[in-house]
Amino acid sequence: MDDSGFKLRLKQQQPIPLDVEIECRAGELLALVGPSGAGKSTILRTIAGLHRPDAGSIQCGQAVWLDRQSNIDVPVQSRRIGFVFQDYALFPHLTAQQNVIIALGHLDSNRRHERASQLLEQVNLKGLENRLPENLSGGQRQRVALARALARDPEVLLLDEPFSAVDQVTRRKLQQELVVLRRAIQIPILLVTHDLDEAAMLADRLYVLHKGQTLQNGKPGEVMRQPNSALVARLMGHSNIFSAVVEAHDSAQGVSRIDWGGISLELELNEAFAVGSMIDWVIHPAHIIMHRRDRPSLGERENPVHGVVREFLELGETVAISLELEANQAIYLKFTLSRHSATRNGLAVGVAASVSLLAEGIHLMPKQ
Amino acid sequence: MDITALTLSLKLAFWTCLILLPLAVFVGRLLAWQHFPGKAWVEAIIALPLVLPPTVLGFYLLIGMGANSSFGQFYHSLTGNHLVFTFDGLLLASVIFNLPFAIQPMQRAFEAIPTNIREAAWCCGLSKLESLQRIELPLAWPGVVSALALTFAHTLGEFGVVLMVGGNIEGETKTIAISIYDRVQAFDNHTAGIMSAFLLLFSLVTIGLVYRLTYRRRRHGR
Repeated sequence: MDDSGFKLRLKQQQPIPLDVEIECRAGELLALVGPSGAGKSTILRTIAGLHRPDAGSIQCGQAVWLDRQSNIDVPVQSRRIGFVFQDYALFPHLTAQQNVIIALGHLDSNRRHERASQLLEQVNLKGLENRLPENLSGGQRQRVALARALARDPEVLLLDEPFSAVDQVTRRKLQQELVVLRRAIQIPILLVTHDLDEAAMLADRLYVLHKGQTLQNGKPGEVMRQPNSALVARLMGHSNIFSAVVEAHDSAQGVSRIDWGGISLELELNEAFAVGSMIDWVIHPAHIIMHRRDRPSLGERENPVHGVVREFLELGETVAISLELEANQAIYLKFTLSRHSATRNGLAVGVAASVSLLAEGIHLMPKQ
Repeated sequence: MDITALTLSLKLAFWTCLILLPLAVFVGRLLAWQHFPGKAWVEAIIALPLVLPPTVLGFYLLIGMGANSSFGQFYHSLTGNHLVFTFDGLLLASVIFNLPFAIQPMQRAFEAIPTNIREAAWCCGLSKLESLQRIELPLAWPGVVSALALTFAHTLGEFGVVLMVGGNIEGETKTIAISIYDRVQAFDNHTAGIMSAFLLLFSLVTIGLVYRLTYRRRRHGR
């Protein structure tokens, strides 16, 4: 860890079990994702000093904020953190400017006004300084909360679902503003979110949490494409998670084969799993290619799978399809197509269809 | 109009409010945010003056503060004064019988402040005392004002406990409520009427203001 990074280790049983280790470099944005009750918000609260775990340590730069073994527990007021709460927690009786000024206690009183104005300008709120929170829109309130969080010149920025209370359009705008803002502040940023797209878009690294434990951490694309377990795959929103048996490895050809309920699938060589072992595997819908009835192609030789459409849900311009396999009727493949493509192929409930499972998209995981 | 009794009542109400203000802020805040074993019983004890007949409360206070009681003797050794039938005793009784009127509105007001507002204040670097001064009290002030107004009005109107603990000593324990009773006993309905009208008007205005504040607070969503 570099000098201005952040390192945390927490362990507790109550009120929710937690056993995590997290590191974040200066300038890095980490997203903590996972279902409700995974402990994401508790981690942020612990970093802030609002929650004391049974055991653990927190180091921010050179400073130790918490070390239960050595009885070090720096009070919340002395930890230089910026915290954006889920519902912003603005002080309702204070104007936007006063909300920021109150967090500028470390500056001389004659400089606070000017600094608050600068911060509000930085979050595009110039001209709204004298409004009370009740007279601001959701997006504007979020910006005040962000300006207030930055006011303390924090060593770490904590964002607890900061975009969940605004509409989709505002959310996209605020997310873009965060991308711009983080270039200007070289501190560790921890973002708690339920929104996987948001995490993938904003974060340098993801921590997937479940029941207080880190299941996997890595770059968003990596975690999304290569989950290390079926559970992570499910948490990342994958719906095509199956079991299979490793059939063979052919290092000369650079391929491995798995037996998927009677269907033999070819994938890129992966000798991490022994022949004969049970594994879980996952494929992203982007790697499921529909065979065109009107124009067969060579690509159709790659792991062809035949079945019958059992579900056909039109969702705006896309169609969600559930394909019951011909070889094993207990298995359903799920993927989406554009409405145009579905129409062109004459797809509907009960219609036979074939797809190819791209070898590069088949990812194996240890059996759970 | 018995000006001496009115002055005494106002003095009693003033001191009661002054003592109860910090005490009720402390206890109200504690009850609003802390969970501890026996909390329900503490709240029940505080609420007792609302349901107990004033004579019952007065009786126990009389026994508890009497010259033969350990507390009465302790107070005497400390100050050289007695508590029963004195202004000091009356004030102590007044503080006790006003506990629910002072604490409950403040407790409700503090409870209405979301936890994360207080946490946000700490995250902004405010100490707990600064958070109380700059965030919590400004948000809870309608509750604080309600509590003080109710306590003040209730002190002016209290009769049973005052009579039991303070008796009827001119300039020392004879409050306006006792004076009204006195005047009626002496068939001086005219003076009793003036004083009653004054208390009626004062109480109405106080309660009216409290309701207006509560209404405003609801309208502003806090």
